[in-house]
Amino acid sequence: MYQYDDFDRTFIAERNRQFRAQVERRIDGSLTEEEFRPLRLMNGLYLQLHAYMLRVAIPYGTLSSAQLRQLAMIATRWDKGYGHFTTRQNIQYNWPRLNDVPDILDALAEVGLHAIQTSGNTIRNVTSDQFAAAAADEIEDPRPYAELIRQWSTDHPEFQFLPRKFKIAITGSPNDRAVTKAHDIGLRMVQRDGETGFEVIVGGGLGRTPMIGKVIRDFLPVADLLPYLEAIVGTYNLLGRRDNKYKARIKITVHENGLEKVRDLVEAQFAAIAPQFDADAAAAQLALLKQQFAAPELPPRDDAPYQAAYRSNAVFRAWADTNLHPHRVAGYSIVTISLKPHGGTPGDATDAQMQLVADLAEQYAQGEIRVSHEQNLVLPHVAQADLPALHAALRTAGLATANVGLASDIIACPGMDYCALATARSIPVAQQIAESVDSLKLEHDIGPLKIKISGCINACGHHHVGHIGILGLDRAGVENYQITLGGDGTEDAVIGTRTGPGFAYDQIVPAIERILQAYLVLRRDRAETFLQTYRRLGAEPFKTALYETEQVDAA
Amino acid sequence: MTRTTPIKVITANALLEGDVVWLSHDGNWTRHLADALPFSDPEQADAALQQASQRHDEVVGCYLADMRLGASGLEPTHFREDFRRRGPSNYAHGKQSQG
Ligand code: SF4
Repeated sequence: MYQYDDFDRTFIAERNRQFRAQVERRIDGSLTEEEFRPLRLMNGLYLQLHAYMLRVAIPYGTLSSAQLRQLAMIATRWDKGYGHFTTRQNIQYNWPRLNDVPDILDALAEVGLHAIQTSGNTIRNVTSDQFAAAAADEIEDPRPYAELIRQWSTDHPEFQFLPRKFKIAITGSPNDRAVTKAHDIGLRMVQRDGETGFEVIVGGGLGRTPMIGKVIRDFLPVADLLPYLEAIVGTYNLLGRRDNKYKARIKITVHENGLEKVRDLVEAQFAAIAPQFDADAAAAQLALLKQQFAAPELPPRDDAPYQAAYRSNAVFRAWADTNLHPHRVAGYSIVTISLKPHGGTPGDATDAQMQLVADLAEQYAQGEIRVSHEQNLVLPHVAQADLPALHAALRTAGLATANVGLASDIIACPGMDYCALATARSIPVAQQIAESVDSLKLEHDIGPLKIKISGCINACGHHHVGHIGILGLDRAGVENYQITLGGDGTEDAVIGTRTGPGFAYDQIVPAIERILQAYLVLRRDRAETFLQTYRRLGAEPFKTALYETEQVDAA
Repeated sequence: MTRTTPIKVITANALLEGDVVWLSHDGNWTRHLADALPFSDPEQADAALQQASQRHDEVVGCYLADMRLGASGLEPTHFREDFRRRGPSNYAHGKQSQG
């Protein structure tokens, strides 16, 4: 697996040393909060409602067993025994004490992790397909490219003070599991005449003004990747608005200037700077990275134990039906470990659970773990023969919930239980919906469904691209929840449509239940998914189910 | 019915833990809303906020929060302040675990 090189290690150690001194000066009073705030944010340290929060980057969602063990150790030693995995494939600690943070950062550095560029108007952690290097539908592992981008963007001298934060996502599969169209830049690997390249998408994003990204270049040869990214970010750095925070993201730049103008500027800049890039060095670096990311040897294994368990064990079968994904190698599976137990907090894992997953990854999955943007963990390479034993081990730790891709596999941001920016809670809404579908034994009947919840307009919970999206707002001092329907975060990305007036906190779960009941009545047959039914019939019948029986406040 | 006068308290987060604190009667920072010093005169509240904001080696982000006088003493008028008083709803962490 890829290991940071000496440059990274030296850079991180130096940054940690600086930050330790800054924390000391903050605590002894020689730095005011005004002076300290930008420094702590540069190191991923936020102040939330009840405590500080440390956001640790997990580049392209890939962790080794040793790294996950260290994350568990940090949770035990300096936090409250758990961590929260986010839609950015990061982990957040909700309770660190300011004076412990330098030690936490040093502990992270021991395993090549850090919290740099997880905040501020910089290029953030590059996100990717959680099934990278394993998925049957993949053209090529996107992570060597993601790592190339990480190296290019880390501490990039010109891009530390962009008009606004900047997020890049990359996928190597035609089936987009990385929501590339909702990122500032999305990269989708494509092939043309046998050559691999990227479709470059620009100006996507959720938040206050949700937009689906637009294709700025339909085929970018691999060799042009970094100069082209440099040209896009450079163009944005000049053209992006700095007068209004709400209009500063590149999606607004593209919207206000038009794609054509932005494309012309980018192409002109690309033509100007491409010759300055050392193409040979980049190619050599990429070749090296490809070696380091080389897929593990996966010897053929007899899948008889899997077949036997699948036939005889209904609990195992239910889990295998939802939590497994086809692997490119016959006899292997990709396992998604649900961090969505019914009634639990989406994305939370205890220290003991992280320890166990790290051990199981070592035992059964080449020592590799992925974090998905849907807030689950993934073991990318598991022999099917080992699945029954893996499942049994996961069950002992409450990690075998068979609900991946179903109604209770909900994305929920921290919302007003933690987040200082929140306008309403999201976690308890997710908990109650999951408990409801579980107690009615509905979710396996309902089938594939993505419910996504955000606690404010910033949309960290991706509600706009949920089949059912829920947005928590503050309406005259009361929590109020807006519903959107028909959103989609895949390669066919669509922003969901608002149904109408919102619902109070104690009405939102019954409202979601009415939508689900309506779907069960409206669908053609079991094979027609919620999204297909919605696309066939439109919003009207769902609105009828939502509002006809219900007295709602006029929002 | 008499109109209830708006009451303000000064609140912030503690520098080291980030924990929610309120300015108390004795001029210290308290972790219990019940001990917070209420202001009914807006000018006094503003003046006290000015002073409290200088104490940057103790707390972060001072502001005035609205309260009303309920049966059990000071009660937040807005749900955000209520959550700040109570801690998160998914675990008995924060103030809930501190008794
Ligand atoms: S969507 Fe809003 S409430 Fe949720 S984590 Fe993001 S900023 Fe916080």
